[in-house]
This record gives sequence, C-alpha cells and structure tokens, in this order.
Amino acid sequence: MEWLQQIINGISLGSIYALIALGYTMVYGIIKLINFAHGEVFMIGAFTGFVAIVHFELSFVPALIIAMFTCSVVGVLIERIAYKRLRESTRIAALITAIGMSLFIQYLFIYFRGAEPEAYPQDVLPERTLDIFGVKVSMQALLILFISIVLMILLQFIVQKTKIGRAMRAVSYDKDAARLMGINVDNTISATFAIGSALAGAAGVIFGIYYTKIDPLMGLIPGLKAFVAAVLGGIGIIPGAMVGGFILGIVETLVSAAGFSLFRDAAAFIILILILLFRPAGIFGKNTKEKV
Amino acid sequence: MLKVNDIDVYYGHIHALKGVSLNVEEGEIVTLIGANGAGKTTLLNTLSGLLRPKNGTIEYMGKSIVGLPAQQIVRDGIIHVPEGRRVFAEMTVEENLLLGAFLRKDSQQVKKDLEKVYEIFPRLEERKKQQSGTLSGGEQQMLAIGRALMSKPKLLLLDEPSMGLAPILVQTIFEIIQEINNDGTTVLLVEQNAHMALSIADRGYVIETGKVVISGTSKELQESELVREAYLGGA
Repeated sequence: MEWLQQIINGISLGSIYALIALGYTMVYGIIKLINFAHGEVFMIGAFTGFVAIVHFELSFVPALIIAMFTCSVVGVLIERIAYKRLRESTRIAALITAIGMSLFIQYLFIYFRGAEPEAYPQDVLPERTLDIFGVKVSMQALLILFISIVLMILLQFIVQKTKIGRAMRAVSYDKDAARLMGINVDNTISATFAIGSALAGAAGVIFGIYYTKIDPLMGLIPGLKAFVAAVLGGIGIIPGAMVGGFILGIVETLVSAAGFSLFRDAAAFIILILILLFRPAGIFGKNTKEKV
Repeated sequence: MLKVNDIDVYYGHIHALKGVSLNVEEGEIVTLIGANGAGKTTLLNTLSGLLRPKNGTIEYMGKSIVGLPAQQIVRDGIIHVPEGRRVFAEMTVEENLLLGAFLRKDSQQVKKDLEKVYEIFPRLEERKKQQSGTLSGGEQQMLAIGRALMSKPKLLLLDEPSMGLAPILVQTIFEIIQEINNDGTTVLLVEQNAHMALSIADRGYVIETGKVVISGTSKELQESELVREAYLGGA
C-alpha cells in the first residue's frame, strides 16, 4: 500500500505544479510568450501568504485570497510595464525580457528584505493523518489537492462559460478578428495575466504550507518544473497544464520513493528532453503547422 | 453617413492607399471593386480601426473616427466582416455568434437576435454546437455574416464574401446581403466579383493600386468601357 500513499503525495505535489503551469500556458496561449517571471509571481504569493498568516494572524482562506489578489496585481504590472511594448517585436526579445524580469524581481526582493529564508508555521492546516483502508494519507495533502481542484474547476468555468473567458479564447485565436468583435485586446491580455498570476499566488501559499521553507529564489525550480509540465501537456492548452502537472508530481515522487531522491529534479528535465524529442506538441497538442 | 476624405495609409513602407475619398449614404449598398492588392482590404481595415491613416479624415455620422480604438468603432455600429471570414475555429458556432454581441448589454434582445440569425441561416442553427472550424466555406461565411449581425450593425463592411464559394452559394449570400440592406443596414461591399457586386449595389468605386480610378452608379460602371474590360471580362 505504500506506493498508493506515494501516488497521493505525488498528486498533491503535482497540483502545485499544475497551478503554476496553468499561468504559463494561459499566457503562452494568448501572447505566445513564455513568461519566465511567473516563478517569481509564485514566490511573491508565498511571501504574501506568509505575511498575512504570521504578521496579520489570518487563517488559511483569507491569506490565500490576499495572496491571489496581490499576485494578480503583480502579474498585470509585469505585463503592462515589461511585455506590452514588445508585443510586435521578435519573440526572442520578449523571451529575454521575461528572463530579465525574473532576475529583476528576485534581486529586487533580496535588496529590500534580504535573502534569508522564512518558515511557514506548521499549524495553518490541520496536521492529521487519515487512515483510508490501510493507506495513510496526510490531511494536508488532501486539502491541498481539494483546493487545487476547486481552483481548476473555477478556472475552467471562467474560460468556458463567461464573457471574459470567451474573449480570452477569441484573442488567443485571432487578435484582429477579436478587435472586430469589439473586444478590448489589451484588457483581455491583462485579465489573462491576472488570472494566471492569481493561480501562481495560490500555489505559492500552498507550497509554503506543504514545504514550510520559503526564500526569494524559491520560484526558480518549481517555475521551471511547471514550465516542463505545461510543455508536457501541450503549451497553450489548459487541461494539458493540469495533466502535465499531475504527471510530473507523480513521477518525481515515485523517483524519490524508489530511492533516487537525488535524481528527483533531473526527472523533470529528462521528461522535458523526451517530450521535445518525441512529441514536441505535448500530450494534448495537435501537431499543427505554424499559423502564417 | 460615412465620408472618407483623401486618406493615405501605409502598410510598413508600402503606400497602400493614396488619397482615397469615398462616401456612403444611409441605406445604400456601395461596392468597392478592384484586383488583388489594390488596397480594398486596407481601406476596410482603416475604417474599422485596425489601421490608422497617415493623412486625411474619416467622418462617420458627422464625427471623426480617425484614431478611435476598434472597440469604439464597433460600439458606434461599424461592423467589419473580414476577408477570409476569420471565424474562431476552435469555438462553437453559437459561441462565435455570441462574440458578435460582445459589447451588448441587452441580453434579452441578444437572445432574440440570435433567433433571428438562425432564421436567416437555418444551417447555423443545425450546427450551433459544432466547432466552427469544421464548417464548410459557405457555412463559415454565413457564420461571419451572422456574427456581424449580432453586433447590430448600422454600417456593415463586407470583405469579399464570395471568395472561394460555389456560384450557387454566392447567389444565396448576395441575396442575404440584399435582405440585410432592405432591413435598414447600410452596406459597403468589397468584391473582386464585380459582376455580382454591381448587380446589387447602388453605387460603386473602382480602386487600382491604392487610388480610386472611377466611380458612379452601378449602371454607369456596368456601362463604362474601363470597368467592362478590366473587371467584367471584356465584351
């Protein structure tokens, strides 16, 4: 039964990757940019949640909401300040700007508060273990999974059923045609950044609670792994990011459980290399030709 | 209703429109004919706010619309059905139609208009849950026009609605354009198919390499030597 336990742990870890990956994939879907500063938004979410819980003594849900809100503002600012003016330029220029933005946020953060880590308190979520037919499952892992799934369902609802979701899909498909519908393309792109960043913020708080230690450079590795998850599922495809995140979490956990915990991080990048070699469009991606 | 006065439009370095003037009166069908690359699409893109003229003025219902963002122009009732239909292929037929009503707040009326569009194009109703990328060319053109009707156009800009369609379908589409016009919508119709376009238009302009070379009533154009030779297949 131990492997079942590990899979459940893997799914909770995967749900964190999935939440971050959603932001990557949504932004890529709408402006074809890999937003490498997305991991930093995740980091800001973790710290905002920390401040809310420790300094303002809020409980989990309000802290989560505050972190999500803060991150959506940060995401919109990043887009307006750094990416908007590059929309018509080459993709490599925008990509390098994104990497620059990522480093800028990391070191700005260190400059103002220092590089020392913080520890999330242990008692934010009930720390109990449930025994389900002999499988020991931590309550935290289940709650994290539950919250992530609620957020993903909410996201699917927004994208599929609401007006702003329809606008997002229209803009991602054809910007000029969307303009002719009266859609404000700039605002729609901002909304996409806001939603994607809010999910990264939520992932930050959840990560803090799960792993307790947070620091200004914490966004790097989960950010890269979430990027792998997004590519694995098919970049630009929302369900792909979810599935990619879960697969990555499970694979990583199983690799550790099998005794190769040193290779945990390598596993993600081996997956990336394999995907790029054998199925570059990702699991859900159609092998379409580049649109002219 | 629409007065375009001496506009110059550049596409990068290309001087695409050179001092073009034209006007459209309320209730008319006006057609703009010309060969590929003459500047017809550029003119429509300028009217709908996707491009900005370098010089010249565009007045719509007495107000300048130069430099207004596209969504404001849509709100004012200029609705553009772009070349190649540009339906959102990965969305359903009904979602496409609802996008046409994106700026409208009167959801009751939107529902009624949706019914009306389905009445005009029963094919679309049969396929409303289908992804629009799977529709045939003719159905996509119907969808593009239906989507524009959902925006409550006062002035409808149509870019080559006959492109790539079988003659029988072209006939249907042109009949529908006439019906839309009879219901009170003004139409500016860009076409390569000069014969069809002049058969339903009140007036027309002929554009060549970015300049209007001749204009007049449809009858005058149909009889004009230049138009007959270049656009109506001689004789």
